[in-house]
Amino acid sequence: MWALKNIMNNCRRATFLTEKKIAGKITTIERIQLNFHLAACPLCRIYLQQSVLINEAFVSFQHTSFTLDDAFKKKLIEKIELEIKKNNFLL
Amino acid sequence: MQDETDKQDVVHNLHLHPLSWVEKYADYLFGFAMSRTRDENTAKDLVQDTFLAALQKIDEFKGNSKEKTWLTAILKNKIADFYRKRSGNGLTVAGTAGELSDFFDRASGHWTGKNYPRAFGLETSNPLMMKELGNVLNDCLTKLPGLWFSVFSMKHMDDLASEMICKELKLTNANFWVIMHRTKTNLRACLEKNWN
Repeated sequence: MWALKNIMNNCRRATFLTEKKIAGKITTIERIQLNFHLAACPLCRIYLQQSVLINEAFVSFQHTSFTLDDAFKKKLIEKIELEIKKNNFLL
Repeated sequence: MQDETDKQDVVHNLHLHPLSWVEKYADYLFGFAMSRTRDENTAKDLVQDTFLAALQKIDEFKGNSKEKTWLTAILKNKIADFYRKRSGNGLTVAGTAGELSDFFDRASGHWTGKNYPRAFGLETSNPLMMKELGNVLNDCLTKLPGLWFSVFSMKHMDDLASEMICKELKLTNANFWVIMHRTKTNLRACLEKNWN
């Protein structure tokens, strides 16, 4: 029981376990500890929600479409042409 | 001279078209690099380095993968280098930088009063709001120590196993979780502070 008593007030530990839970790396005992804490702690319940949201926002960024500006592209092409000439590739 | 001829053959036989790379793949590679570095200039440099490196090892192209796959693999290596370099900037695991704070009471571990998490008050179903949240998050990410950013990004963008990340960045498993935790508590606080 000591473990549960220790987690009761310990939001640092609870948020740490929250990260392990979200990553799917939480052990059974840790899950029991975390659920015990969350049942009594509205602050850490907010944290859990927001932590998941942050992961989603971070990953969804990759679906933004990106375009390089034309000037940069032009420079890139010139560099590639130069490299091709230097190496005498036959294209 | 033999070597030159070989290279010419490779280019010819495997249908590599370096002159069309920029048109076909530059934007895609840029987006790939942007989502993993969150920095425009870094991402641009990485795209350029990728093309130039690809030309250098054009005779390694086996033709059993597509041009795009091959270029992306080269870019991935460049990004791994970037993560390693950023991580080595003399920063400790704990990241002692002044503005990064501990949010919990030293003795009890409870949230300290001014750090109580508050609801962001946003509608997750609203795409515009989520986009704005993403922008604020990007600003917050730039304030993280390089090592933390690298760990966070490798974990989430490429879904790498923690063992892989530890090996790559020379971390212990315990340190890995400390970083994941501190990164998230700092990002959360930063978002709350800058989200109106």
